[in-house]
Amino acid sequence: MIAELGHFSLILALGLSLGLTTLPAWGVQTGNITLMQCGDSIAKGLFFFLLLAFLSLCYAFVVDDFSVNYVASNSNSALPPQYKISAVWGAHEGSFLLWTLVLGGWTLAVTLCSRDLSVDMRARVLSILGFLAFGFTLFSLLTSNPFERSLPVFPVEGNDLNPLLQDFGLIVHPPMLYIGYVGFAVPFALAIATLWSGRLDMAWARWSRPWTNVAWAFLTVGITLGSWWAYYELGWGGWWFWDAVENASFMPWLVGTALIHSLASTEKRAVFKTWTVLLAISAFSLSLLGGFLVRSGVLTSVHAFAQDPQRGMYILVFLIFVVGGSLALYAVRAQGIKSNTTYSWSSREAMILVNNLLLVVATAVVLLGTLYPLAYEAFSGGKKLSVGPPYFNAVFVPVMVVLFIFMAISQRSRWKDTKIDLLLKRQGWYVIGSIGLTTVLMLSLATFKSYVLLTTTIAFWILANLLENVFQRVNRKRWNWNYLLTQPLSYYGMLLGHLGMVVMMIGICCTVYYSVERDLRMAPGDEIELAGYQFKFVETRKFTGPNFTSDQAEIVVTRDGQEVISLFPEKRFYSARGSIMTEADIDPGLFRDLYVALGEPLAQSAWGVRIQIKPFVRWIWIGGLLSALGGMVAVGDKRYRKSRRDDLANFLKI
Amino acid sequence: MMNITYGCILLLFASACVASIDAHDFPDKQMQLRHQALIEELRCPQCLNTNLAGSDAMIARDLRREVRRLLVDGKSDNEILSFMYERYGDFVLYTPRLHMGTIFLWFGPLLFFLAAILIFLSIIKNRRKSAREEVDREELAAILRAHAKDLD
Amino acid sequence: MWARLPVIKNKSLIIPLLLFFSLAALLWRSFSLEDPSLLPSQLLDKPFPEFNLEDLHSSSRIRNAHDLLGDVSLVNVWATWCVNCLIEHPVLTRIAQGGVTIVGLNYNDDLQKALAWLDRHGDPYSFHVRDNNGTLAIDLGVYGAPETFIIDESGIIRYRHIGVVTEEVWAEKLYPIINLLRGKSA
Repeated sequence: MIAELGHFSLILALGLSLGLTTLPAWGVQTGNITLMQCGDSIAKGLFFFLLLAFLSLCYAFVVDDFSVNYVASNSNSALPPQYKISAVWGAHEGSFLLWTLVLGGWTLAVTLCSRDLSVDMRARVLSILGFLAFGFTLFSLLTSNPFERSLPVFPVEGNDLNPLLQDFGLIVHPPMLYIGYVGFAVPFALAIATLWSGRLDMAWARWSRPWTNVAWAFLTVGITLGSWWAYYELGWGGWWFWDAVENASFMPWLVGTALIHSLASTEKRAVFKTWTVLLAISAFSLSLLGGFLVRSGVLTSVHAFAQDPQRGMYILVFLIFVVGGSLALYAVRAQGIKSNTTYSWSSREAMILVNNLLLVVATAVVLLGTLYPLAYEAFSGGKKLSVGPPYFNAVFVPVMVVLFIFMAISQRSRWKDTKIDLLLKRQGWYVIGSIGLTTVLMLSLATFKSYVLLTTTIAFWILANLLENVFQRVNRKRWNWNYLLTQPLSYYGMLLGHLGMVVMMIGICCTVYYSVERDLRMAPGDEIELAGYQFKFVETRKFTGPNFTSDQAEIVVTRDGQEVISLFPEKRFYSARGSIMTEADIDPGLFRDLYVALGEPLAQSAWGVRIQIKPFVRWIWIGGLLSALGGMVAVGDKRYRKSRRDDLANFLKI
Repeated sequence: MMNITYGCILLLFASACVASIDAHDFPDKQMQLRHQALIEELRCPQCLNTNLAGSDAMIARDLRREVRRLLVDGKSDNEILSFMYERYGDFVLYTPRLHMGTIFLWFGPLLFFLAAILIFLSIIKNRRKSAREEVDREELAAILRAHAKDLD
Repeated sequence: MWARLPVIKNKSLIIPLLLFFSLAALLWRSFSLEDPSLLPSQLLDKPFPEFNLEDLHSSSRIRNAHDLLGDVSLVNVWATWCVNCLIEHPVLTRIAQGGVTIVGLNYNDDLQKALAWLDRHGDPYSFHVRDNNGTLAIDLGVYGAPETFIIDESGIIRYRHIGVVTEEVWAEKLYPIINLLRGKSA
């Protein structure tokens, strides 16, 4: 009964989204204020019914209603309750419903938090978001209805959730990722609304900035959590695989990063207007493309959902309609928009241009590597090709190195023009200092490596410039530290965002080059020494979990005779699906992780064991979270709150 | 029907494609490191995008053992990669070989980078033009003002 | 409003649209491709790889590539752990009854289990090679079971089928090829 309620809500949501698409737009075309304003209440209704649909599906999972196909194939009565909820988005149908709900949430947020948008602009934005919601809901109903029942015959027990996904990471990673992904719909809708109205001005950039920041921050958190989840759950200590689906989330992130910077220059200096619009369209288009790649099955990936060409076809048609339409509108409406602002080649504007171009090159490189196997197959008559991590590392890392060098130099740049000697003053000393610091770090870790020297030096160099930036502000006020409190939040957001990247760079670099790893056979009583740690295999024992049985090993780690920790890696057998899972056990630390995973049972109660020591690996995720925090902090800036009054003032001036 | 069976096969594959750990002893540490590098470079032919090191599938186990055998036989890394290439084709190598079909893959990034430099230069150049126009306009205004004075 | 086409003065603004359409065309094309997880064989039109392996039924008898010469034959990779092998077994039995030589490649299997399996379900194969370490399978580029190869009378690999041989596969793919190869040699 509840499942039917959910299904019905989804149908109502479809109707409301159609209303949201057409009514405000009609209002705009006819100049009818009432129609323009009705978008607000329709958006609220839309969100309500999407939420109702989603909650109905949650209910079906909680009460183990296996007559619903989706529940039967992704849950089990023995599944722990928290995983029953996360199982809702554990496969294609439910995760798409979540995706649609998130879009509904963003649409609601637009009605609540954009009072400063003029009535007609708000109507336009809502109408565009409404159209996207219409497309998503229709897709859900036509090809991936999660409420479908198998009556009258239905299984008494469910197939269980994929054990890989029975984990805290899956509870939080997809919602964060989707909020980010779908969040780019708002700057996209703003950009299209601007093109539609023909008023491509700085106000548009200011509206877009907070929305872009929030979406970007969520996407950053989502990607970071995904990387962390893969690290501890897949059982072999990797944290980034250049998998097609990871790339699909990474490309909107790269373009989103470019968009954040370019919006700043458009708002402050009225430059790169059309370029910024293009980035806003691209960021969301890449999100949609990501959805297509994950759900159509054209690419093989560890993340791929059950494959169904019909779904892929629908998304592709929708993609062509939305993205093709937007780009066509762009080609027509961006004509003749020029900025008369002047800036020098060493100005902050130019630096942001470099940032944007490099990020777009990085995106293009990732896109090329991700889609090349498809193109190769299409043009070679069915031959297969793999493009893997070695390729991506070889082509992506150099672009990033150049980008980070510019990140260091550009911290001092000013709008309009920066004197060359100001830009270069003391930089030589900073570089020398950074090389010194890096050398100390390398020697304390182990050995000298030229790649580490290069990247970590750049990281410290950026750090030096960030610190200098803070000190100079204080210095200008005669070391009055209280002055820092009066700085706008967006300044701190900027510092945090860049600091996060520095932390992440150091983490990546040390993890990649200084991790140690041993695969070996261990029997009870065996001991091994690795990088100063003694690992002693004590015993294995069996135990039974709620929906699995497990072999658990105990490994005691000591250092210089002192016990550090006891680790309990497991090999689990999930009976409902008959699948075996490696549950690694990790001793996390700020400067090193001890990572132990259990392999196959061998003869004489011995086991294959993988022991890894991964220095600074936490820094990768701490860096990501710091950057995301930066994005959020910047949104709190007062400027965005008083903008309405400013707009009025500007209007009166004109 | 085909779709259903295929889906089932995928599921079986997917569940087999989780971390794997072999406890092989190698004659020396150098060889162990080479083994590790090779099985990370080779793709498991059966799984959905995982390397041999990251897969527990039967074929991945066999291929890891084969890599080990070839290493112990004294084959070079290149010979081992070629051995796999002859049997499983481009698919098995995560670093695509450079040939006619992969030229754009390998040189595309360079092309993108050069294009970015060109775009940067052209934007900077056009900006100068508009900057000059602005200056011209100021000059023009000055001239007009001067004219206005003359007329007074 | 649509009476005349919009004027596009700045041509570079169309570039994103064009790029997107070529991308969309590529994605569209990718739907017509075969299953992304099926690998084509590297060994097509090449000789069957050399091997020296025990016969499944008598471990003293060593089989090699010469045993495949002289007739167009099917080489079928099977194992008792392979559920789908059981599905195709009746079809293979019918094919063998129709006069086609089928050679079994018992892949990574337990000897006793394999013999029991054949006792229970019947043995339509002319002989079986026991590939206990998967070495021949690797030489063939096999990555799972079942897989079926067509070998011509001079031992050249002519076709590879991945997955279950159904009546449909036999009638539409394998049989026409075998017929063609037989016609050539005759």
